[in-house]
Amino acid sequence: MERAIPAREKVSPYILEVVDGLKENRLAVVGLAIVVSLVLMAILAPFIVPHDPIELHLDLRLLSPSWQYPLGTDDLGRCILSRLIYGTRVSLQVGVMVVGITAISGSLLGLTAGYLGGIIDEIIMRIVDVLLAFPGLILALVIAGLLGPGLFNVMLALSVVGWTRYARVVRGCVLSAKERGFVEAARAIGSSNFYIMFRHVLPEALSPVIVMSTLGMGWTILSAAALSFLGLGAQPPMPEWGSMLNSGRAFLRVAPHLITFPGLAIMVTVLAFNFLGDGLRDALDPRQKKRVEI
Amino acid sequence: MLAIVLGVTVLTFSLMHFTPGDPAEMIAIARYGMEDLTQEGIEWIRIQEGLDAPVWVQYGRWLNHVIHGDLGRSLIDGGLVSKDIMYRFPATLQLALASMIVSLVIAIPVGILSAVKQNSAMDYLGMTGALIGVSMPNFWLGLLLVLFFSVYLGWFPVCGKGGIEHLILPVVTLGTGMAAITTRLTRSSMLEVLRQNYIRTARAKGLAEKLVIGKHAFKNAMIPVVTIIGLQFAFLLEGTVIVETIFAWPGIGRLLVDSIFARDFAVIQGCALVIATIFVLVNLAVDISYAYLDPRIRYERRA
Repeated sequence: MERAIPAREKVSPYILEVVDGLKENRLAVVGLAIVVSLVLMAILAPFIVPHDPIELHLDLRLLSPSWQYPLGTDDLGRCILSRLIYGTRVSLQVGVMVVGITAISGSLLGLTAGYLGGIIDEIIMRIVDVLLAFPGLILALVIAGLLGPGLFNVMLALSVVGWTRYARVVRGCVLSAKERGFVEAARAIGSSNFYIMFRHVLPEALSPVIVMSTLGMGWTILSAAALSFLGLGAQPPMPEWGSMLNSGRAFLRVAPHLITFPGLAIMVTVLAFNFLGDGLRDALDPRQKKRVEI
Repeated sequence: MLAIVLGVTVLTFSLMHFTPGDPAEMIAIARYGMEDLTQEGIEWIRIQEGLDAPVWVQYGRWLNHVIHGDLGRSLIDGGLVSKDIMYRFPATLQLALASMIVSLVIAIPVGILSAVKQNSAMDYLGMTGALIGVSMPNFWLGLLLVLFFSVYLGWFPVCGKGGIEHLILPVVTLGTGMAAITTRLTRSSMLEVLRQNYIRTARAKGLAEKLVIGKHAFKNAMIPVVTIIGLQFAFLLEGTVIVETIFAWPGIGRLLVDSIFARDFAVIQGCALVIATIFVLVNLAVDISYAYLDPRIRYERRA
């Protein structure tokens, strides 16, 4: 297949442009910095934790923060800081898995529906409509509840619920891209449908999908923590932020630090992804760019 | 609209139907306990409950019951599911409406002020608060409020349902989270409207700023806000599940969570169906009020 312009030349300046746009947005930079440090924390967890996150010390129960235990210990004498650091792993893994699955499957279904149209479009979009008729977290709660407690089931439930938004947005982008001149030109020179779909139409939907994935990380981590908080997700002794909050509830009176720090961790993480997502949206939004050009 | 509701019933039914495990066996366990489980007992229940029929026959029977307002009986105590839900519904409604009011009372003035005095300290404060509110997990906020106002200050009861003092903490938990989203939307929508030509015209003809904002800008800025209330309702229903669990509030959300842990499939099914139906109806109502607020939509339909 001949191409007039090699792909690389076209892509890299665009990425640089986006990076420039991001740099101007202070909140986005803060968000990116937090996300990067969370990722580092998750990778380096075994080397930076002061204590074992799972080992029990029943003689050291519910200690307040001290030099030895910077954030105190929980009801089973485990170091809260260490559990929070390992919790980063759990949350990011859940986020990456669920967002990966939903973004890819949702985009592919949206692409198929938008490009092929007809009965396939009708079927896929009806399924989307029905799934969106439920408040997301409640459907996830019911699915995860029926499958039984466990982190895997929560990921499955969030995936079943999450792909619809990607499908809708990608379908919308595809519908407008389909009518554009370059698709007609590609068809005129005899490109196959498959080639046009992936080479010409799908890239048009890339920026909204990137923005949605970033914001989706926040949503997924928050939802997974909520389900774990309700007792459905991560099961003890796995260090997960939501389930740490849940087990800390019983000790609200005697040890408030049990609920303070895990909640803070969830909030900072979600906030970071929201900052980054908002920043990316501004940087990728062509409308905004036009305004600058004028 | 009707197709969506029908789709919702299919989804709810198939969720229960394709759950791993034999439903007859699960009903038997729920009724008689693990020890008295016999193969004959399971078979008896299978025939008794019509679980031996083909799937679509089962769905048809079930749908027929649902249309007549019969959501089946609880697998645990044998009570009518519809009765359980009706009994719990007012508590959830009370919580949801109060939270909605709280969120609007906070969000609309703050959003408008932030937009009118853009880039002022007030704007900055409001938007920071809104950003924190958006990212704050409501289960954490609930626990912090309990910690501060119930445990330290002793102002409000920790949980339960009773007078107005029981309502305050759950409503604040739900309402502030919702307010955060609405505030951001009100502000951006107001900013958009204030840039329009008719606002410039209104100012140019010497109209008092109060009237420009209150009459010309306000109504138009509210259009997206009303639309988002439909989406907000999803947030609200999700929130009630969590808030009702934290504060032991006897509503549908808690009923759903409790029955999930009791594996009472009939109640889970009923709750899911009712919640989805409410959500669909609210969205319908929003669509209708949208046409009322924005008459252009009606003209388009007539043309």
